[in-house]
Amino acid sequence: MPILIDETTRVVVQGITGREATTFVRHSLDYGTRIVGGVTPGKGGSDVYGVPVYDGLAQALAEHPADAAVVSVPPSAAREAALESIECGLGLVVIVTERIPRRDVAEVLAFARRRGTRVIGPNSLGLISPGKVKLGMIGGPAEDVRRAYVPGPVAILSRSGGMTTELANLLSQAGLGQSTCVSIGGDPIVGTTFADLLPLLEADAETKAIVIYGEPGGTQEEALAERVARDRPRLPIVAFVGGKFVDRMPGQRFGHAAVLVEGDRGTAAGKVRCLRDAGVLVADELAEVPSLVRRAMGAGREAR
Amino acid sequence: MRLVEWEAKALLRSAGIALPRAERVATPEQAAEAAAKLGGPVVVKCQVPTGGRMKAGGIRFADSPDEASGIAADLLSRPLLGHEVTELLVEERAPGGSEAFAAVAYDAAEKAPVVLLSLSGGIDLEASIGGSLGLARQVVDMTWPYSAYQGRELAARAGLAGAQLVAAGTLLQRLYGIFHEYDATLVEVNPLVWSGKGFLALDAHVELEDEALYRHPELAARLGIQPRSTQARPPTPFELAAAQIDATDSRGVAGRMVEFDGYLGLLIGGGGASLTVFDAILAAGGRPANYCEVGGNPSVRKVRALTRLILQKPGVRRLAVIMNVVSNTRVDLVARGVIKGIVEEGLVPSEVVTVFRVPGAWEGEGAKILERYGIAYSDRTVSLDEAAGVAVARRG
Repeated sequence: MPILIDETTRVVVQGITGREATTFVRHSLDYGTRIVGGVTPGKGGSDVYGVPVYDGLAQALAEHPADAAVVSVPPSAAREAALESIECGLGLVVIVTERIPRRDVAEVLAFARRRGTRVIGPNSLGLISPGKVKLGMIGGPAEDVRRAYVPGPVAILSRSGGMTTELANLLSQAGLGQSTCVSIGGDPIVGTTFADLLPLLEADAETKAIVIYGEPGGTQEEALAERVARDRPRLPIVAFVGGKFVDRMPGQRFGHAAVLVEGDRGTAAGKVRCLRDAGVLVADELAEVPSLVRRAMGAGREAR
Repeated sequence: MRLVEWEAKALLRSAGIALPRAERVATPEQAAEAAAKLGGPVVVKCQVPTGGRMKAGGIRFADSPDEASGIAADLLSRPLLGHEVTELLVEERAPGGSEAFAAVAYDAAEKAPVVLLSLSGGIDLEASIGGSLGLARQVVDMTWPYSAYQGRELAARAGLAGAQLVAAGTLLQRLYGIFHEYDATLVEVNPLVWSGKGFLALDAHVELEDEALYRHPELAARLGIQPRSTQARPPTPFELAAAQIDATDSRGVAGRMVEFDGYLGLLIGGGGASLTVFDAILAAGGRPANYCEVGGNPSVRKVRALTRLILQKPGVRRLAVIMNVVSNTRVDLVARGVIKGIVEEGLVPSEVVTVFRVPGAWEGEGAKILERYGIAYSDRTVSLDEAAGVAVARRG
């Protein structure tokens, strides 16, 4: 059983008539995602590939109950769209919009906490349970998704959307399928971190290993390492940290908004060290990830 | 965007926080006048957007207008910590006494703002956000307005009492108000001193979020704070040209072009893969001419323009095109843009392109286009590391 979403998840899309949203709605429907409705204020009564469009979320949900929302609206409208999803009681809100001001993100997350809503993103490419369902842009057209992602035992959690698919492809090429893959978002503050997802995956019988893609900036990898050292999870974790060269260029911006090394804080080298100290297998080269996963899963079996 | 001291203090003043009297000056003569006007000993401070000014000699003390003038001439004569010094703040010297520290910042682990207060100055903020000894820390619930009683509660925990506790509560509420109102990611006052009647902010460090500057026209209109580039160094002409190309065509992104001095041009993407590929190129012994993040389904025109820009850079003879398995970028459009750019520069595509590894939509079509020009298409079975290795190996 995948975490967060499965083939029964009913999805609404906020900003459904936008260019990016119409594209991923087409791809998601092709992949089998149950998109039951969409919202674009002022466009109520129209449809996007047969999905009915409403002026507000409450109207949409009155006719089409849903479990999750994908928020794909311009940055200036994202705070309100997310708050609307939270107020309407949806359990999962995936925010794909990038460049949302941090104050808006933090405010949305404060209300989400109060209402018990899980937020993925912002600046997430989406999430996927291969062979079952995908939310957001992740993987692109259904046929491309099927080429990169195949069902299996490995979960992928990534701070980069593109690297989520790259890792899935790398694992699939090596004969290792995936259980749930989450692009957690490239912003400094995201609703759900590596450490937040660990207990969910621990409870998922289908998942046998976790692959993490980390980057310089922030302290998410360090927080995960702390959690691993403390909780000693059953699942082996293999990590790769991109952007080691960024350590030598403090103050210069690369990659996602969160990728900024300030002083000694948030360096790639520091993250690799913390993860290794906690017992996480860290690949020096991306291409090593599949063999490390195989080795870790094999070792797990022997230990039992 | 990191504000310089006078800008940060303009925000503090607008919120009603007490500051030493000060004048902004740009010449030694103005510095002398300012010192005479303020009367008594003054501090002369370089207005550059960086920390560590005191240690680097950018903050100095003067006892007379003459001395202030001499110091100003000296400070204005050379860059400080890599920044041109064009402006100084001449400020009355504040009363001595114990120094405190107050700040508001985001804590990514809490996913919320935190308010920090310490009665000992010289605190390392970076280390403090997560909590450290001698520091009172409070996580803010943004569903509730941050109020002075919360500030007083923090002040009590930091060890304050009486009039100082009451004043600190109001001060913290005002700092949080600035943080919230102006989309700051950091508001820090360090040092903060007690004047006997109230707290005085001797220095301030404010960071505003670039992504939110668009909704604060009042910064320029009311406070004279102009938006500016926030990179560690000013952009090079090459980087400015890349930004121009990106801005003139909304299809696709050509983000974060950064110039390096190597021979190997890079068209790489997206965000995470660019970091990974750049590492792999360096690990294989390659010397990149640039860093960039291409993605979001760029148009042929945009890819062509970027290709030409990179190839026009002196000393660049080779180009590597490497992206992660793409979700929405069309491979054939990237291929077309690269070939066009090379041909228009009067070069031979098969000699310039060392590797083309972009798996995804329309890759069959992309491979055909490349084949016509004698370039081998690397598909998804070629890893990013292998592609980087090929890019570096093919130098001849």
